[in-house]
Amino acid sequence: MSLPRYVAALDQGTTSTRCMLFDREGRMVSLAQREHHQHYPRAGWVEHDPLEIWDIVCRVVPEAIAEAGAVPSQVVGLGITNQRETTVVWDRHTGRPVHHAIVWQDTRSSAVLPAVAADMPEAEIQARCGLPLVTYFSGPKVRWLLDSSPSLRERAERGDLLFGTMDSWLVWNLTGGVSGGAHVTDVTNASRTMLMNLGTLDWDPELLAAMRVPRAMLPEIRPTVSSFGTTVAPVAGIPLTAVIGDQQASLFGQAGFDRGDAKCTFGTGGFLLLNTGSSPVRSQHGLITTVAHAMEGEPAAYALEGSIAVAGALVQWFRDSLGLIRSAAEIETQALTVPDNGGCYVVPAFTGLYAPHWEPDARGVIVGLTSYVTKAHLCRAVLEATAWQTREVVDAMNADASVPLTRLAVDGGMTADNLLMQTIADFLDIPVVRPMVAETVSRGAAYAAGLGAGYWPDRQVLRRHWRRAAEWRPAMSASAREAEFARWRRAVELAIGWGA
Amino acid sequence: MSRTVQSVERAAALLRVLSAESEPMALGELAAAVGLAKPTAHGLLRTLAGTGFVDQEPVTGRYLLGSGLLHLGSVTLDLNELRSETLNWVDTLAARTGEEARIAAYRDGAAVVAHHVFRAGPGVQVMDTGRALPLHATALGKVLVAFDPGAARSVIGQRLDRLTFRTITDRAALLRALADARDTGWASAVSEARPELAGIAAPVRDRGGYVVAAVGIAGPVVRLCDARGLPRSDLVEEVVGVSRSISRALGHGRAA
Repeated sequence: MSLPRYVAALDQGTTSTRCMLFDREGRMVSLAQREHHQHYPRAGWVEHDPLEIWDIVCRVVPEAIAEAGAVPSQVVGLGITNQRETTVVWDRHTGRPVHHAIVWQDTRSSAVLPAVAADMPEAEIQARCGLPLVTYFSGPKVRWLLDSSPSLRERAERGDLLFGTMDSWLVWNLTGGVSGGAHVTDVTNASRTMLMNLGTLDWDPELLAAMRVPRAMLPEIRPTVSSFGTTVAPVAGIPLTAVIGDQQASLFGQAGFDRGDAKCTFGTGGFLLLNTGSSPVRSQHGLITTVAHAMEGEPAAYALEGSIAVAGALVQWFRDSLGLIRSAAEIETQALTVPDNGGCYVVPAFTGLYAPHWEPDARGVIVGLTSYVTKAHLCRAVLEATAWQTREVVDAMNADASVPLTRLAVDGGMTADNLLMQTIADFLDIPVVRPMVAETVSRGAAYAAGLGAGYWPDRQVLRRHWRRAAEWRPAMSASAREAEFARWRRAVELAIGWGA
Repeated sequence: MSRTVQSVERAAALLRVLSAESEPMALGELAAAVGLAKPTAHGLLRTLAGTGFVDQEPVTGRYLLGSGLLHLGSVTLDLNELRSETLNWVDTLAARTGEEARIAAYRDGAAVVAHHVFRAGPGVQVMDTGRALPLHATALGKVLVAFDPGAARSVIGQRLDRLTFRTITDRAALLRALADARDTGWASAVSEARPELAGIAAPVRDRGGYVVAAVGIAGPVVRLCDARGLPRSDLVEEVVGVSRSISRALGHGRAA
């Protein structure tokens, strides 16, 4: 009898790196995971050490294979999924990064945004790459880095330095590094750099000029599912068959392959992606246009993305900064002791409001306080804040896309909160469904890699793996919903007004 | 020296003796160990049992340290916390068996569902998180009664409601089923709550080894049982395997 074969996913996230093996039924058979350090050199700055992350990759990949009781030859393909936008610049001759990775949350590039806008109007930038001119995306981070040192810029222009998002850094090292490593990325990651043209799916010379990024340092852009090379280290001989950004991976892992498929991940923040099919939809309502995935030899699938800056982070703030609850799960226990929010609303605009408002100066407010309001009411208002923000993003998506959402597929840590999921179903007035095993990011990378390796024949097979674990149906009257929504919107106006 | 209360001292001595013994003790042994007359020791033990600091084995009448004592100083596990810590495992159980899976804990005389994962397949399914299941007629309930003395106290000596014609309503028969569950490490209920349904469940232990929950699957008798009407051994293995994984995740079997 031949040995079982597996497909592997390497998930390089903001706080940890994990490697998982999946079997043909799409079930996870092993997991190895390690956290890396967060560096905060100044307020608003967030960095990772790319060498530490590579070192962790060198440990977790063999660990996951060993935990499955397998040898590397049983792994038919490896898919990489990663924190998006985080920027690494390294020396192609030594393999050493010239700077820590500048993480997506890092806001230092706000200093160069006015200069970028002077080189190219924001509307023009958005028309080319689909992204608003804010600090997240890689282009302004690279510009900040090269602007900070004339010698770096010189080396970059000479072609001695390479730029990549985390996927490029890992593929380059996995495929040999200084000894012939492949300098590549995929369209989903490239679509977050603010350097790629959404129409051509290639680097845009005008955007490169506006960001002052030399073409010589950029990786080659490949389809999500295609050949990225074969591993040399830490284990040799595994084909790299997919690379995909984490939120796109989660949409793929939810089997969101087709136009109209959507998912929302509830973690520290919230990310809602809607597959819009083979043409990019330009949002009139503050959403981001991005690439969902691309298969070799097929047109790319695009997506609209709306993100909520503060979701689970608000619960953490309640626990860690206010000390009102002992654990994140207790928010539900507290909230369930009262039937409603007692007239209280929390708008967690800690770093401004994202989609669809894009009000960077808005600040958080708690309104409607009376002596009647208890901790339990506040807990309910905290959960409702995430649900209302989801509603605002879904409303924007419905307005931009021609077909309204008929159900919302969810994943992420906050899906353990039943009251939150029920509240979202109530506020959206559509069913909320959770698939089996919330590890959709790794699963999506494994799906993509398995398709690339021929482990699965097509996406229909994967669609059959999707299994519903839970479903919440709306149970709120339309009049109550609209009255509450009106009060939430007034609270949001106050948050925007406070920061103005 | 200030005046002390003799009966508190005696009760403390009884607890100390029980804590030193690995096996449950008979009244006579306990009375002898602390040098008390049997009726005096009995009164003290009955009072301690009422507080949950001492438990009495239903069949033998022997005494052992109670769960109330084990949990002194620790807080009861919040059901929502239980769900968030065990979500992936219960999902895995449902994924591997294709049946609906639940994790439940003892609360107020019932097995209360903390997390519910749907069975494979289409059709309307309704979440029953928060629902109270009967302790004597479900696999989850039986596990809790077999391993959680608090749950046992709430059932033993109470009238056992008949839900189907296979519901165990006889006290001795229930005690035998519970003893079996303790021996094998799992429990089942076949057609005992509803004629067409069966369940298989196993205990979830915390760091201290105390059973804090039961995890299991439920589904049609024809799918869960073999030709002889007994729970399928492969499914039992899955349930027991996941219960061990969850216990490990909660710290059981880990060095302190």
